[in-house]
Amino acid sequence: MMVQQTTPEAAVSGVTTAAELNVAGTRGPSFGEPIVEYLLRLGDDRLILGHRLSEWCGHGPILEEDIALANIALDLVGASSMLLGLAGELEGKDRDADALAFFREGVQYRNALIVELPRGDFGFTIMRQFLFDAYSVVTLDALASCGHAGLAAIAAKSLKEDKYHLRHSSEWVVRLGDGTEESHNRVQASLNELWRYTGELFERDTIDEAVAAVGITLDRDALHAKWESIVNDVLQRATLTIPEKTVMASGGRRGRHTEHLGHLLSVMQSVARAHPGATW
Amino acid sequence: MTLTRESVYEVLGTVMDPEVPVISVVELGIIRDATVDGDEVSVTVTPTYSGCPAMREIEDDIRTALLKAGATKVHVNTTFAPAWTTDWMGPEAREKLRAYGIAPPGRAEQGGLVTLTRRRSPVACPFCGSSDTRLQSEFGSTACKAIHVCNSCRQPFDEFKAI
Repeated sequence: MMVQQTTPEAAVSGVTTAAELNVAGTRGPSFGEPIVEYLLRLGDDRLILGHRLSEWCGHGPILEEDIALANIALDLVGASSMLLGLAGELEGKDRDADALAFFREGVQYRNALIVELPRGDFGFTIMRQFLFDAYSVVTLDALASCGHAGLAAIAAKSLKEDKYHLRHSSEWVVRLGDGTEESHNRVQASLNELWRYTGELFERDTIDEAVAAVGITLDRDALHAKWESIVNDVLQRATLTIPEKTVMASGGRRGRHTEHLGHLLSVMQSVARAHPGATW
Repeated sequence: MTLTRESVYEVLGTVMDPEVPVISVVELGIIRDATVDGDEVSVTVTPTYSGCPAMREIEDDIRTALLKAGATKVHVNTTFAPAWTTDWMGPEAREKLRAYGIAPPGRAEQGGLVTLTRRRSPVACPFCGSSDTRLQSEFGSTACKAIHVCNSCRQPFDEFKAI
């Protein structure tokens, strides 16, 4: 990749420097403080899922749904902008949310694998959205009262929006699962494929332990249980069955992604990289 | 003219929401504070929705209005806490929304996790007042609106959703 040599002024305006791009080879934690890494995980989940949803803009199955998916995408990208903005501030390398979104390589992305999977059909998009929304609501609800004031404020704000998302995706899952034979089979197949990506959402590693020092202590097992009760409730109403004995996929939090992330980034980052520092 | 906190709020009262041009940014509840230091003004704003594209325009409008009113420098700061809620909109603002054809927000849900099978009480039609209306979608033309249809007058209408 061509690396732009930039002046300090350009770095402030959102263009990363060559030296910073050179850390691309590392897949382990490479962003300094654990809290930065932690915020990137939260921000990247929302940025990548928001981008996936935005792919539906103009292609929704009905007009109202087209508008709804675009609205939800906007909320998610907005949330990622707050989270990445805070990550950039705490990192202290003059990188703002745009620099982090558009000038990191795939291996530097910290999103869970589930959000980067291609959008599939509408049933797949909705099932993925539901599994993520339920995870997001229980997680943000816990983070809203965590001891890190900056993150707690963002979580409390996003939680209000995500409750709307979860209600929307839940209603669709029930409608499609308990709908026609065709819609039932499609969302069941989506659930079967997506289930193996849900384990990663509740993994715990050294970053989770390290952020306890700044007041973030989530009980992942308790969150997992809350998530399961929401998911079980909705899937049962939708007459859908959770696949048994699934081997869980993992790696996104450590920069080990599926092949799909690179393709997504090549689209999402293309304008910012073709015109670094451009504004309008 | 010397600016005071009161006169700054008066000026802000003339800065309208670009998407809903009948209510001001003060009525919308997004102005959290304003301080005056000589000719310099600092305004603290909280965003409505995380990704609302109107926020940047609102900041520009605030800056322009205050510069025009005599400020030499305007700082617009953003705060996320406490998170914006439609409960901060007063009765006058709600009536302006209704007169403009947008059903005003009900009370925002407090705390707890989401109720997945919520039965919403019907939203009154801003045109004919009937409560025989149905929710078409919780996501509308802007982040802050839901779409309803009135069964009585057959008119589709927006609701400013409670959040």
